[in-house]
Amino acid sequence: MTQVNELTVGEMLLKAGISRRGFIQYCTAVASAMALPPWMGPAMAEQLRNSPRPSVVYLSFQECTGCLESLTRSFAPTIEDLIFNTISLDYDDTLMAASGEAAEAARAKAMKDNFGKYVLVVDGSVPTGAGGAYCTAGGRSAEDTLREAAKGAAAIVCVGTCAAFGGIPFADPNPTSAWPVSAIVGDKPLINVSGCPPMPEVITGTLLQFVTTGRVPDLDEHRRPKVFFGNTIHDRCYRRPFYDQGKFAKTFDDEGARNGWCLYELGCKGPTTYNACATIKWNGGTSFPIESGHGCIGCSEPGFWDEGSFYSPLSAPAWGRAGETRPLQVLELAAAAAAGGAVLGAASAGVSRLRQHRVEQQADDTPEGG
Amino acid sequence: MDLLGFARGPALKVALAVFCLGVVWRIVGFALLRVRRDLDIPRTSVFKYTCGGLLSIGSRSWPHREFIARTGPGEALGYSYHLGLFAVVLLFKPHILFLGSLFGVTWPGLPSSLITIISVLTLTLFLAVLFRRVTHPVIRMLSNFDDYFSWFITMLVLVTGLAATAHIGARYQTLLGLHILSVDVLLIWFPFGKLMHAFYIFPSRGINGAILARKGATS
Repeated sequence: MTQVNELTVGEMLLKAGISRRGFIQYCTAVASAMALPPWMGPAMAEQLRNSPRPSVVYLSFQECTGCLESLTRSFAPTIEDLIFNTISLDYDDTLMAASGEAAEAARAKAMKDNFGKYVLVVDGSVPTGAGGAYCTAGGRSAEDTLREAAKGAAAIVCVGTCAAFGGIPFADPNPTSAWPVSAIVGDKPLINVSGCPPMPEVITGTLLQFVTTGRVPDLDEHRRPKVFFGNTIHDRCYRRPFYDQGKFAKTFDDEGARNGWCLYELGCKGPTTYNACATIKWNGGTSFPIESGHGCIGCSEPGFWDEGSFYSPLSAPAWGRAGETRPLQVLELAAAAAAGGAVLGAASAGVSRLRQHRVEQQADDTPEGG
Repeated sequence: MDLLGFARGPALKVALAVFCLGVVWRIVGFALLRVRRDLDIPRTSVFKYTCGGLLSIGSRSWPHREFIARTGPGEALGYSYHLGLFAVVLLFKPHILFLGSLFGVTWPGLPSSLITIISVLTLTLFLAVLFRRVTHPVIRMLSNFDDYFSWFITMLVLVTGLAATAHIGARYQTLLGLHILSVDVLLIWFPFGKLMHAFYIFPSRGINGAILARKGATS
């Protein structure tokens, strides 16, 4: 990738006093933290060393800035490493010092200078209701900005469940007619890094993998990098043995919860959620939600907000708007069906009796021997 | 709506409604059928032949001493897989939670690993049952689509459940969706096929036993 930045990453590091060996060690550590194959470390180092920093344009639409908050807490690589040494973050209206027309001019320049080569990172869903009036910047709707920015992008990285699958704005009743990025832009390589928020190392790792290899990584059916979204939380959960033993916490403060038993009964969505929380963990590998005592809410899966209560077990029926079934609802349904069954049963018995009666009458009317 | 959402949402709702409607329809229809008056003189009192009927429910649920060599293995097979199904359906924690969310009552379960072992054993017994059905000349002649479909759908529930537990073949939510969907199909089929024997078996044994006791036969 050729960019506006004239110095290559290697030259910049050399100026900063970082040796080639040290840089390879750093890349190997990053590759290892991202669970990439061992050969990726030196390959990444070589690619980065000889390339200018690739341009990245970061657009924020209908979102809460939680994804960016998450990104700034990346440990491997850190956000500083990423934006000062690895990429050229040419536009991010939250992080950049410029504002107003100067910021928009920086975006326009980056997109023009790197047309066809920059990475477009999108955070947030795209509202299309009211002519796009629900989310505007610089007098332009999110949809317009996205369509324009997508034209010259080498690839689009959707950061967060809102950009990837619509997220909370997309949830029923979707008052702003929000859509995920994939519904607006369909003709570009697109990588979804879902999560609410996504794991910081998954965001940086995906970006780093793309800018160093220039290739879209292997993706699952939801266009998420398999390297991070290949396993369920349940598969890698340290509480899994308790699931296998049938030991479940029943409330958040009972003996089972204190003993670290499985949170399935409390609605944990670990079995249906694909993410790296249980392996990479949060805050530099400190812990993840289940380790803190709360079940997984399945935030990296499409439609997680509309999939019923966070506190209903996965195997529970999901009826009605709230997605929860109460015994009374079942009783009402069963009673109505049973009443219908009783009427049908009585009717079919009546028909049978009538038929029997007719047969007997015919037998009585028939003269003997006739 | 994804497969899992469909299976445990609208499909389950329809399946439960059809199940309740069908079961009550068949039971009421059966109970209100006209019974011909038995003009024969009863050999015993009403109390005794009613007791005889109740006793025959127990006595006919066990192989008769004279025929134990011939019927014992088949009955042992039948009992074994029914017990396996009982444990898998009613003592697996996620199933208890499922039933609990429907009826508001839960009970203690068995460890999941033990349930997995029981499921595999039950699956093996199911295959043995099918083998017996297709190799035994009399049973084969008595079997029809109803028998094979009832076997198939019950087996499908077991297989998809095992696959979901072991995460084999597809993503967990797909497997869980298929498992619950197969339960939905089973619930719909239940009242209209031979699976209905779950409701009929004991009343029919009791009624037959009472009729025979009225004629003077012992249970």
